[in-house]
Amino acid sequence: MNQRRREESLFCFEGPSIHEADGLFAFLSVFLVKFFPFTLGWFASPMLAFAIRRFVSMLLVLLCVVSITFFLMRSAPGGPFDRERELLPAAKQALEVKFHYNGTPWQQYTAYMGRLFHGDLGPSTRYRNRTVNELLAQTLPVSAALGAAAFAIATVGGVALGGWAAIRRGKPGETAAMLASLLAISIPTFVTGPLFILIFALHWHWLPVGGWGSPACLILPAITLAGPYVAYIARLTRTSMLEVLGHDFIRTARAKGLAEWQVVSKHAAKVALLPVISFLGPLAANLLTGSIVIETIFNIPGAGGFFVNSIQNRDGFLLEGVVIVYCTLLVILNLLVDLAYPWLDRRIQPYE
Amino acid sequence: MSNAASSKTAWQQLMAKGGATRASLIVLALVLLAALFGPMLLPESARQVSAEQFAAPSLAHPFGTDIHGQDLLYRVLSGARVSLAVGIAGALIAFFIGTAYGLVSGYAGGKVDSAMMRGVEILYAVPRLIILLIAINAFDARMKTWLAALGSPELVNYSRIVILILSLGLIEWLTMARIVRGQVLALKSQQFVLAARSLGQSHWKILVRHLLPNLVGVVIVYLTLTVPAVILDESFLSFLGLGIQAPQASWGSLLSDGAQALNPVKSYWWLLAFPAAAMSLTLLALNFLGDALRDVLDPRG
Repeated sequence: MNQRRREESLFCFEGPSIHEADGLFAFLSVFLVKFFPFTLGWFASPMLAFAIRRFVSMLLVLLCVVSITFFLMRSAPGGPFDRERELLPAAKQALEVKFHYNGTPWQQYTAYMGRLFHGDLGPSTRYRNRTVNELLAQTLPVSAALGAAAFAIATVGGVALGGWAAIRRGKPGETAAMLASLLAISIPTFVTGPLFILIFALHWHWLPVGGWGSPACLILPAITLAGPYVAYIARLTRTSMLEVLGHDFIRTARAKGLAEWQVVSKHAAKVALLPVISFLGPLAANLLTGSIVIETIFNIPGAGGFFVNSIQNRDGFLLEGVVIVYCTLLVILNLLVDLAYPWLDRRIQPYE
Repeated sequence: MSNAASSKTAWQQLMAKGGATRASLIVLALVLLAALFGPMLLPESARQVSAEQFAAPSLAHPFGTDIHGQDLLYRVLSGARVSLAVGIAGALIAFFIGTAYGLVSGYAGGKVDSAMMRGVEILYAVPRLIILLIAINAFDARMKTWLAALGSPELVNYSRIVILILSLGLIEWLTMARIVRGQVLALKSQQFVLAARSLGQSHWKILVRHLLPNLVGVVIVYLTLTVPAVILDESFLSFLGLGIQAPQASWGSLLSDGAQALNPVKSYWWLLAFPAAAMSLTLLALNFLGDALRDVLDPRG
């Protein structure tokens, strides 16, 4: 016990003990410091300890999601080859071998994990001459463009609207903005989407009905997808901004004679935006889920459509591939948010 | 306990909040009544499939008819039943899970608390609705055989509704858990809890007798806000064709039909407009009421 405590005190100069709970991290750090003494400095940084811990938990989350998806898909009734004409047993067996559907679910799972390790997402049973890797390489850029546009609109628009409402507290503009945001949260995107098509595409012919290709195609879907989250972030920003504006340091800033917009943008925003930062992870998850519907409504050839189609076609590897890629993106984004948080607000200790 | 007195003042405060709160209460009452009694009041002919496909709104069919010639008013009202039932029942399940989780997490504190809250954070960042899509697909057939084994074959028709209620309840409890945990954390260091503990009361009794009654206000607020969230989730699943299935209808499945009937040549606008209006109005009223309740009941705003 004493021995361990001394070892820890070696590379834990500041703050409380950071790695009591994490066996893997403790092992790694002891190992590194023993054989490569110059790494001592790294482990003195609680930030890095925190990052490594979060990275390990990120891998665990991914593993869980992949496994759950895999076994749920395999436990669903009906296989990918049941919808064809009656197959001879030998022919069916050959198909199963070709598409890695042979053996018990556990054997299939371990084989899949092995291939996954080499970056092979497997074949698609629906689009037979293409692999999941090819299908995703073709469709993901489209979904990513839509997602990134919606993400930008939601954060920038939401923060701007919320900040504006906070400054104009009690004036008619604020009431109108808050009412509009409640409306935007309450109306689902699959209502606003067709409505926008009806108004801006079919009635006024300003924008294309759907499809993909020109930048104009991106406008309606991105705005529709981002709409409810612009509203949500606006409400979040307004609430926290109003709270922050009551603090002493804001009074000091005002007393210095700063203009109101300077007070808000330079002094209050940094603290008031923290709730928004911590919403970025859930925001990405929600946008991702929402994009499935948006891609259906606007006929966008993205990866979102695969979710529903591959469930209906029992296209296991395709579904698992999409889930893996999307979840990896989400988890990485969450890691970045976690790391940015203590950097933005020094009062927050990065390690729990 | 001063529950009766404080709930009366809360009600008065709520009423004093102005016309919009009252309006949303009235809207909700009307929607509930229409969903409960509306389908019974309509004439028998409205429930049948008829030759009048895609008829525009008229006196005979105030909301028009759909692709099977069914009266859309009847469809919207019976859809209201399903959507509201799923929303309320799902929110109740979420309420039980979330409150229990938050109570335990906040009361236990320390490492248990931080582990439990880390779990909530992870779940927040996972696309739960997508995992749910896959799970519904996997368990649907099993649910049907299970319900058939329970008894009447009628139940089998409701298997999708049952599975939706259970699964949506299982994914919408996170916010509730977070809020309850925060409240418990603040409450448990107060004098009356310390007094109860020093008198030798068990943890269970402290949780149920002392902490739970103090959480009622906050829990009611988030229960009100969970109902629209569950309705929205259900309509999302139904819109993708993996929720409520024909011949049953929910607002989501009606909207899905309406969006499919949309084309540049001839727009059957009523197929989209009426379900959309019914759903948006209800969700707006619920969210508005939840916000007003939060102002009145949630001490932290």
